[in-house]
Amino acid sequence: MSKKDIIICRCEDITLQQIHDLMDQGYTTFEDLKRLLRVGMGSCQGNTCGHLIQREISKHFNIPIEEVEIHKVRPVTTGVLIKKIAEDLDDES
Amino acid sequence: MMKANILIIGAGISGVSVAYNLAKKGVQGIYVIDKGYFTNGSTGRCGAGVRQQWATENNCILAKKSMEFFEKAKEILDYDDDLELKQEGYLILATSKKEHNEFTKNVKLQNKLGIPSHQLTKSEALKIVPHLNPDAFISATYCPSDGHLNPFKMSEAYYLAARKLGVTFSFFEEALSIETKDKKIVQVRTNKNVYQVTKVINVAGGYAQEIGAMAGVEIPVYSEKHEILATEPIEKIQGPMVMSFSKNIYCQQVPQGAFLMGRGNPDAVKSHDMESSWQFLDEMAKTVTDIMPLIGNLHVIRQWGGSYNMSPDRQPIISDTDQLDGFYMGCGFSGHGFMFAPMTGLLLSEMILGEESTVDLSTLSLDRFKDFSYKKIEKSVV
Repeated sequence: MSKKDIIICRCEDITLQQIHDLMDQGYTTFEDLKRLLRVGMGSCQGNTCGHLIQREISKHFNIPIEEVEIHKVRPVTTGVLIKKIAEDLDDES
Repeated sequence: MMKANILIIGAGISGVSVAYNLAKKGVQGIYVIDKGYFTNGSTGRCGAGVRQQWATENNCILAKKSMEFFEKAKEILDYDDDLELKQEGYLILATSKKEHNEFTKNVKLQNKLGIPSHQLTKSEALKIVPHLNPDAFISATYCPSDGHLNPFKMSEAYYLAARKLGVTFSFFEEALSIETKDKKIVQVRTNKNVYQVTKVINVAGGYAQEIGAMAGVEIPVYSEKHEILATEPIEKIQGPMVMSFSKNIYCQQVPQGAFLMGRGNPDAVKSHDMESSWQFLDEMAKTVTDIMPLIGNLHVIRQWGGSYNMSPDRQPIISDTDQLDGFYMGCGFSGHGFMFAPMTGLLLSEMILGEESTVDLSTLSLDRFKDFSYKKIEKSVV
């Protein structure tokens, strides 16, 4: 199967080919890839692509996978309605 | 030991811009170091807005000339990808008569300098952004050529162009000390290298004060945390960035579809902290549902923090210094280093090469704080 047809990030529709292209250009970390391709910025917060990309970086640069850092995990864990946050604030006060 | 002509500390937007500008003028032996990954600092954490509506002449001129560059940047830098420049304006809300009157003055200044902003009535503003809460503001200003630009892509465009011109970049390389003798720079030590170099450019963003201190140069800037959240992407419903200084919010829909919104913390302390807080989430949710209730129907999916590098008058320091020969700085942008970067790079390159300056530098110099009266503080900051 062509690398162009393998989706690595389902939130942002990023293919294995795009990941490899950037690594070939000299970008070495998940954080680099995230900023240029938006991998890990979607609604799953990198839960799908995180480990796949970690493995690709490991293979590409020949680094043991446990030494490949994944991106910083940010809040929120799951999507939350903005108005719900604002409304709940009213309940508390 | 490495011999360098110029060492640039910081590969954020200011660093890549000055590297590009110098290299384009034929300077060789330029090295750029950054202590983290590509766009790890303030550039990669900013709200991706570019605006020209300011209250001081300085900032208006820097912003306007920078925008002229952004409009042609893809061609000038020969960048293959899309910079995602979207010029659909900034709509800035006035929430009191006092603010309305200040904005009248601002628009007059902006127009004098060639910035096409104008004041709008409430109903005119509602035509541009129909989901505004009509009770949350009294009037607005609007500049149609302001807008959005992708900070990662813009940085990459400069970075690739600079590399093509022979600039050497090194990431995960941190400056540890700057050694000087008789008011001259001798060498810079990093965690990876020692550079024999007589010219250093401090464009270290949130860490500009510390880099200055390493060289014995006192720079009156500090960092404070500002936060942003992003929502799920949806179909396009909002053209301009909506902003209010008095309500402490900016909020735009980026071309990818997500809404980005941010605010400052009025009680922020001097710090390099960049962690996300639930307090921000609460305040942001409250503010955005007040001015644009419809946005409350979106899910927040991500939040992050970054540093504003604050100067005493909230305007940049683009300067050399009589404290140390060969030491230059572009810092203290107070949250707006991204949108001024083309001028930061141009002005520093002119200064270093002894060329005539495109703009008057006296109001950007470090020396302005020697007899500083706090009269011309930029108030148009969130």
